[in-house]
Amino acid sequence: MSVSWPHAFAVWRRSASMYRRTWKLTLLPNFFEPVFYLSAIGIGVGAYIEQMGGTSYIEFLAPGLVCVAAMNGASFEVTYNVFVRLHYEHAYDAMLTTPLEADDILIGEIAWAMTRVLIYGGSFFLAVAAFGLAPMPSALLAIPVIPIAGLLFAVVGLAFTLRIPNMDLFSFYFTLFLTPLFLFSDVFFPIRERLAGPLLLVAELLPLLHPVRLARAAFEGAWSWTVAWDLAYVLIVSGALLAWTRRAIRERLIS
Amino acid sequence: MTTPPAESIAASDRTPRADDSSVVEIRGVVKRFGAYTAVDALDLDVPRGGCFGLLGPNGAGKTTSLRMIYGVTRPTAGTIRVFGIDIGADPRAVRARLGVTLQENVLIEALSAVENLRIFGRYHRLPGAELSRRIEELVDFLELGSHARLPVRALSGGLQRRIAIAMSLINDPELLILDEPTTGLDPAVRLALWSRIRDLRARGTTVIVTTHYMDEAERLCDRVAIMSAGRRVCEGAPRELIETRLAREAVELDCTRAEAVRLEAALSGAARPLRIGNRLTLYSDDSDPVVAAIHRLDGGERRALIVRPANLEDVFLTATGAKLEGGA
Repeated sequence: MSVSWPHAFAVWRRSASMYRRTWKLTLLPNFFEPVFYLSAIGIGVGAYIEQMGGTSYIEFLAPGLVCVAAMNGASFEVTYNVFVRLHYEHAYDAMLTTPLEADDILIGEIAWAMTRVLIYGGSFFLAVAAFGLAPMPSALLAIPVIPIAGLLFAVVGLAFTLRIPNMDLFSFYFTLFLTPLFLFSDVFFPIRERLAGPLLLVAELLPLLHPVRLARAAFEGAWSWTVAWDLAYVLIVSGALLAWTRRAIRERLIS
Repeated sequence: MTTPPAESIAASDRTPRADDSSVVEIRGVVKRFGAYTAVDALDLDVPRGGCFGLLGPNGAGKTTSLRMIYGVTRPTAGTIRVFGIDIGADPRAVRARLGVTLQENVLIEALSAVENLRIFGRYHRLPGAELSRRIEELVDFLELGSHARLPVRALSGGLQRRIAIAMSLINDPELLILDEPTTGLDPAVRLALWSRIRDLRARGTTVIVTTHYMDEAERLCDRVAIMSAGRRVCEGAPRELIETRLAREAVELDCTRAEAVRLEAALSGAARPLRIGNRLTLYSDDSDPVVAAIHRLDGGERRALIVRPANLEDVFLTATGAKLEGGA
């Protein structure tokens, strides 16, 4: 990989400059979405549920929703925003007339997506902590899970964005991919207790379950060998998709 | 003891090979996209300094050739050296020294010219103070004035084009590549842009420009190469091309096919005909005998004729587009 970090940083700064202008408009909806879920389902539905996974329902929801905030933050960035920069603003074609190379663009964009993830996931984590839903200090270990989840969903989203011909297909990505992940990845209920064997296997192959389990382990301070598997999954899948997106961005930009 | 002439010092500063007078050297380049051959056995030398025009109809391979020069399209075969550097081996080094204005403006519409220039300058890793100085110079040079601080989307097409050109000049390039810089602009804006391009040329910047406006090429370029179907058809100074490839004068008239055949027979090779639809153009160094022949054909009636100097457009049409019938 021939990344020049200063050049990748220039790509990161392009997005950061744009974000500085609009952050008030985009931060609030992205931040409030998990807050609404937490309050409506945690307080509302939670009132009818004595306990789940050994804690109150709202405490059960908190670590999973931190990961969902990270997933959403990364996904919006690398789907719609990257697609617009690629196909409408021709930002990458412009970059390739300068000393920047495709690898710098890829790394700059992933780094930016992870930055946004840190902003969203981090502020949601702070809200959760302020409500006393994050047991300290063990829950602090969930903070590094945020950029790790961000990296994973950045490369998953990029692999999709770089291959599709038009923006309409993003509705498939969000509705048919991210929504089931959101619902069946240990966020709302422990899937191991409710889903049948083959479905569990499917969930195990999909990306959200692993960061959620990592965050939950941090919140509960209960570590097991599963954590090693979850970490390995996230790192291996991120690495493999990084290699794949590297080829895909070359094919898109260089002929 | 003699000191080397100042020129050769300057030249060796800018290129690894002091004896190399070509900024771009294309040798036997082929580019295929699947079964389609976009560029076919292209040889081209762009001399240092001056303005080089790459002309041709849409689909002739102009943009593909440009993309290969700055290294985002890789040739299927052949070699390209820019500033004496193999573009495939070190594209970063080459692109640090050139600027490209793409066919489509690549501005961030929500940002001002100054903000766009700042973001673009960072791709070249220009340090803050130098970048601010360059931006100021370019705002002056392209006469952006107070428009430089407005969001780009509020500006006219001509201003946006000027900003796009300013962006490709941010690194003070030795070579400026302009892909159809004036397409879609009104005549006054085109004239203003040409004068900026001449200024750059006067400062020693080498300019490569693609266009399908032949008047633009004739007025702007020191040298042109005409491409058709991926091949270079001819190359030279515009005036030289017109006189050596074609003829000094052109006579234009409307006529039927039968009339054209009779006229061509009467002229027996004294003029080179080009027929597009009902319009017949006859090229010759001296148009008097051609006009006389037309008058004889017409008997007493005199049809409308245009006698004019031949231009690059004529060379272009005879070389690429129209089917030649007969020929000198």
